Amino acid sequence: MVIDKLKKHSSESNEEPKSKADIPVGKWVKCDKCGEIIYKEKLHENYSVCPLCNHHFRLSARRRVWQITDEDSFKPFEELTNLKTVNPLDMPEYMDKLKSLQEKTGMTEAVYCGTGKINGEEAVICVMNANFLMGSMGTVVGERITYSIEKAIELKLPLIIFSVSGGARMQEGIMSLMQMAKTSSAIAKANEAGILFISVLTDPTYGGVTASFASLGDIILAEPGAMIGFAGPRVIEQTIKQQLPSGFQTAEFLLEHGFIDKIVERKDMKEVLYKLIKFNK
Amino acid sequence: MSIEIQKQIEELKEEIKELENINTDKMIDVADEIEEAKKRLKNLERISEGNLTAWEKVEIARNPNRPTALDYVDNIFDEFMELHGDRTCTDDKAIVCGLARIGEQNYTIIAEQKGRNTKENIERNFGMPNPESYKKGIRFMKQAEKFNRPIITFIDTKGAYPGIQAEERGQGEAIARSMFELSNLKTPVIAIVIGEGSSGGALALGVADQILMLENSIYSILSPEGYASILWKDGSRKEEAAEKMKLTAEDLLGFKVIDEIIKEPAGGVERNSVQEVASILKTRIMEITKDLKSKNVDTLVSERYEKFRNMGEYIREEK
Repeated sequence: MVIDKLKKHSSESNEEPKSKADIPVGKWVKCDKCGEIIYKEKLHENYSVCPLCNHHFRLSARRRVWQITDEDSFKPFEELTNLKTVNPLDMPEYMDKLKSLQEKTGMTEAVYCGTGKINGEEAVICVMNANFLMGSMGTVVGERITYSIEKAIELKLPLIIFSVSGGARMQEGIMSLMQMAKTSSAIAKANEAGILFISVLTDPTYGGVTASFASLGDIILAEPGAMIGFAGPRVIEQTIKQQLPSGFQTAEFLLEHGFIDKIVERKDMKEVLYKLIKFNK
Repeated sequence: MSIEIQKQIEELKEEIKELENINTDKMIDVADEIEEAKKRLKNLERISEGNLTAWEKVEIARNPNRPTALDYVDNIFDEFMELHGDRTCTDDKAIVCGLARIGEQNYTIIAEQKGRNTKENIERNFGMPNPESYKKGIRFMKQAEKFNRPIITFIDTKGAYPGIQAEERGQGEAIARSMFELSNLKTPVIAIVIGEGSSGGALALGVADQILMLENSIYSILSPEGYASILWKDGSRKEEAAEKMKLTAEDLLGFKVIDEIIKEPAGGVERNSVQEVASILKTRIMEITKDLKSKNVDTLVSERYEKFRNMGEYIREEK
């Protein structure tokens, strides 16, 4: 559904390679949007944004953390790294897939959580990872996010979640769906506790993630050009039997319709987050 | 057992007897016909005993003759008054809201409503809510909290509507907000899955203290067709998907996603047998309400939180 349509955009693997086999062959990357050939190092120096057309490439969770936190300030919640799904629908191929993704990406799941400092301001930070089953939310992702929300309440820290997701994870069926209720309930609890929650939507954010915590920020930011929606473009086209208008479901479209507070370029993200935390102190 | 199935079984038995008579009396070979009829009888008997496949339950859950939310509301409550509008722009008819009463106990009703015929279905968008339906629901949730009324939600939808305007008006946010509000509401909430409970559009009304589910209803992440097409790139493998997805009431009770299964007549409740199921629901609603009302509000809300907090089992692997 959403995933197919969006897969084609993720040409760059930003993950820190774990084994030699994963080291990207070339030093050059082609921009999906304008076709410009960019020297990889230069792209990364430019926040993984195309210097020519401002296209925001997808970021790995780790690179995202580096970009927005003070050096060496990020401390992952170690107690979350060994959580494993019980594979509720008994799909052996799913377990194999998880294992191979863990080896390939060096990540244990589709979200990375911990605390970090933003210009000296401490926050609980969760960053989803598009390279891991398209950032889909299963039981472990739901648990990690819920735990992080509760940690923000306990530590009385602002909460920042960077979303990138195809939605609820199909392989865990109804249990994935229930993570929407679980995370939304936790956000409601944080809200009662007066915790600032900044939700940052990045390309792409869809389905069960859009329809849960990602839409519940006190402040909702998005990166330029990010595709954001509930139903995937193909599902909508099939339902209404019409072509979708251009610019539909982009961050700019959402801003225009009143569903996000502000579009923030990647190079400004850290500063904007810092200011928002200061404004809410 | 439903009268309809009982009748069919009797007729089939009669038919088999006649065929056997023909076989012996007239010396005409109808062995194949007998075999075929016996197969059908066995199948009917299986259905009458409630041994249905997951796909058969999907079909029953979607049966156009299955009672809709309003059919139950009319038969459960002594009185019901529908009230309209989201107070921002419209009255989306895929969700019906209103006030109801059993004896002295008042309730707020928030119900996903499919049409009972083509005209109604068009009016109600085939039970697929737009964001305004959820916004209307949220308005009634808050009002229920204000007046201490327990809320009964009825879940029956193929999913929230995937349309251009629905996206423009924040379908995702509306669903999220509905769960957000329900999770923290200081009044009892009972959810009843009566037909199709598909995807976030269903779960939006599902964050409740007690979740009941009719025996032949389904509750799932997506339709089996959608699931098969995403996972296997082949929507025609829907029957296999239905089996794999664990979407039946029995599966979900095992997962503790629901609390209780409500029995249906064999072969599934239909509009003419709605009273049978409605009377069970009425009793259970009254009992559960009494139980939930006896709880301190803080306990009620924190138990609701823990219920969903604990959904989604995982294991801790040794490092």
